[in-house]
Amino acid sequence: MVMAIREDFVVVDGRTLQGSAKRGLRILVILGENAFHSCCLSAMDANREAELNALRPDLLRFARLQLRDAGAAEDAVQETLLAALTGSQNFENRSSYKTWLVSILRNKIIDIIRSQGRELPASALASDEDGDDALAETLFERNGHWKVDARPGRWADPEASFEQQQFWRVFEACLDHLPAKTARVFMMREILGLETAEICKETGISTSNCWVVLHRARVGLRACLETSWFAGGAQC
Amino acid sequence: MLSCRQATQLMSQELDRPLSLRERLGLRLHVMICGACDNYRRHMRILRDACRRLGRGDTP
Repeated sequence: MVMAIREDFVVVDGRTLQGSAKRGLRILVILGENAFHSCCLSAMDANREAELNALRPDLLRFARLQLRDAGAAEDAVQETLLAALTGSQNFENRSSYKTWLVSILRNKIIDIIRSQGRELPASALASDEDGDDALAETLFERNGHWKVDARPGRWADPEASFEQQQFWRVFEACLDHLPAKTARVFMMREILGLETAEICKETGISTSNCWVVLHRARVGLRACLETSWFAGGAQC
Repeated sequence: MLSCRQATQLMSQELDRPLSLRERLGLRLHVMICGACDNYRRHMRILRDACRRLGRGDTP
């Protein structure tokens, strides 16, 4: 009879079997499914909880970036962790654990944005506009051609950048520097993956206004990344 | 002939809607002769790729 299981040992018929949790699991699989369910899950929960705690800062940073509201971000992450702990059967190793958690979190964030309703009347975007038009003026001559020192250069090996944590910190900082409402529309489109039709519906702005806002966001984000990362010496 | 400023607008919009034949041809012609806009178009694809990765949690 299986008495107990912890991360590193199992007690079977009064004998302690040392070894990794994996070995313990193998033993329990041999003992049958009932033993597996009654004894293994607590150890798996402990592991899962540790894993969740390790990923919590990443999730919180992601939620804050999307929502720009520490309280709402905290709520979204709490709900995600709860869903992850109670819905263990939904994770089938089809992707990494972090990817799975982010997909839950992404849906929570979309729910929060939807529940906030139309908080972006077209006029609200006006406050974002001045700064962006000023940005365009720094990039283009009056005739619409690139200013010499604003001409986009080559970005060396983006794949290598994607592998570096430091790149993502810079990328997140650049997203965070976008004006709030511009960022909201951009992240709904590019990070949360919504279609422009739905963004229009949720934010109450017209389709053409949406394209203009997305364009502004990309101009700003590209310029920020070029200055802060790709032109940073080592990357060029 | 498109200006670079107009070309950047189309290079953004091609990520959000299908461009018309006329727009596609105009853009193709423009990036053939404008290296800066050709780079810009690559950057747009890199931005999209980066955003998708971030949205999937596919980051180190």
